[in-house]
This record gives sequence, structure tokens and C-alpha cells, in this order.
Amino acid sequence: MKTAVIVFPGSNCDRDMAVALEAATGTAPAMVWHRESALPGGTDFIALPGGFSYGDYLRSGAMAARSPVMDAVRAAAKRGVPVLGVCNGFQVLTEAGLLPGALMRNAGLNFVCRRVGLTVANNQSLFTSGYAAGEAIRVPVAHHDGNYFADAATLDRLEGEGRVAFRYTESVNGSARDIAGVLNNAGNVLGMMPHPERAAEPAHGNLDGARLFAATLGALVG
Amino acid sequence: MKIHVYVTLKAGVLDPQGKAIHHALEGLGFAGVNDVRAGRFIELDVADSVSDADLDAMCAKLLANTVIENYRIVRP
Repeated sequence: MKTAVIVFPGSNCDRDMAVALEAATGTAPAMVWHRESALPGGTDFIALPGGFSYGDYLRSGAMAARSPVMDAVRAAAKRGVPVLGVCNGFQVLTEAGLLPGALMRNAGLNFVCRRVGLTVANNQSLFTSGYAAGEAIRVPVAHHDGNYFADAATLDRLEGEGRVAFRYTESVNGSARDIAGVLNNAGNVLGMMPHPERAAEPAHGNLDGARLFAATLGALVG
Repeated sequence: MKIHVYVTLKAGVLDPQGKAIHHALEGLGFAGVNDVRAGRFIELDVADSVSDADLDAMCAKLLANTVIENYRIVRP
């Protein structure tokens, strides 16, 4: 099992992500700098971590999405390699065109940093198979730009195709239809604003996020 | 050559920043402001050889997110 964490200038959850991946797989991930044009051979799983890549200049995730490494991430995603983007990683995935929609400034304009309630809207995906359908879980968020936007037709399509992975159960950021995480059409790319890697060990006081890594990476090992 | 690029939110996209600016203007006592939409102004200094198609590609690929934003290129 070879995992990789993409590191952008301004990423700040890359090491938390690495700890969560190592806990789930027993092997430390490759940390891949954004200037690389290729991923390590045989990469089975790619994570885009949270943070403030390029200082959030222009738009959150905009510059990171045009980094050299993203061509390799895009090619891997097309081959079916699972890609998980958390927080800034979710913003990067939408800016890169790997997920639909956009993440805008929180409706309340505040940076929201707290543990929030989610429901598992689809537990049939690779990433969410460790949860029960409709299960209520709690995972921390920490973002300023988590207000998910897509036009009504796109939202209808996402819901109709079961591509909403998680929804907020409380008012967090004004996201359309309370969407907290979405899947791509093939189901191998997940973007989510909440941080599962911050709910991944007993010291976090909550293991709801660890279940995402355990299920996803366990399924890949087979 | 100086090129001006105006990036604005599409109609129908909520603008929390514009709303906050609107509230602040009202708080300052300015009446009669119906709505505020905030956008971004970018000035590019480019060689004369840069074509309109190049400028359009710059906007579409990076300067604007066309999921939520429109852009307008002005050659002064």
C-alpha cells in the first residue's frame, strides 16, 4: 500500500494527514512537493491536505490547482486511483476541475473552527463504506471558505447520483443543501471540508475520522 | 501595455462580502444603497505581442473561476 500526500507551499495539515495514513496502513506516505511532475510509481492513494496553499491568494486553492503535480494527480484520478481532498484539498480539487462546484466565503464571513455534526449521505462509496447509511458523526472543521456552491442543475445531479457524501446537520457555512463533501462521477475522488485526520486518534477525543481512513485503505488492501 | 481585468460574481451567486459591505455602508448612515457586489480588479502589464486569445485564456484558466465568476478584459 503506497500512499502519497501532496504538499503545497502553505499546506499545514500535511503532517496530520501523514500520521492518519500511516496509522491506517502501517507505512508512512510519500510526501510529494507540488513542483514534482510525477507521483512515486505505484501510488495507490493520494491525499491533498488542508492549509492555505499560496496564502489563499486569488482564490482558495486556485494557484495550487495549477501546480505541476496536479497534472499527475489528474492522470492518476482518471486511472481510478482514489484521491481525497480535505479542506484546502477540497478547494484545490474543485479549482482543478476534478470535482464540480466551488467553495466560497462562509455565509457568516467568520472563520469557523469547531467540531460539527455530519450525516453520512452515501455510505456506498469507497471512502464512506465504514459508516452506516445516514449515520450521524462528528468531525472538526476549520475554514473560511467552505460555502459550497453549484448551480441548481448540478446540485440536483449530485444528489440524484448519490454523489453527496456528507451533509452538515447544523448551520456551519451556508453550503448549498448543507453539502460537506462530494464525490466525482466515478466515485474515486472525494472532497470534504471537515478534517477526518483531526478525529483519528484517542487524544483527539473522537475517532469518527479514523473510520474513513480505515475503511478506505482497508478496502484498497483487499 | 496595461490590461485591466475585472472579475465579478455571476448573477445569482450569493456574495457574503458584498452583503457585509452593504451593511457597513448602512451603518455609516448612507441611505439609498440597494445592493453591493464585490469583485476583483487585476492589472496586467503585458508585451504588445500578447494576443486577445492569450488574455482570454489567462482569465479562463486562472484569473477567474468560471463556475462562479465572469470576467471582462479592458485594453485601455
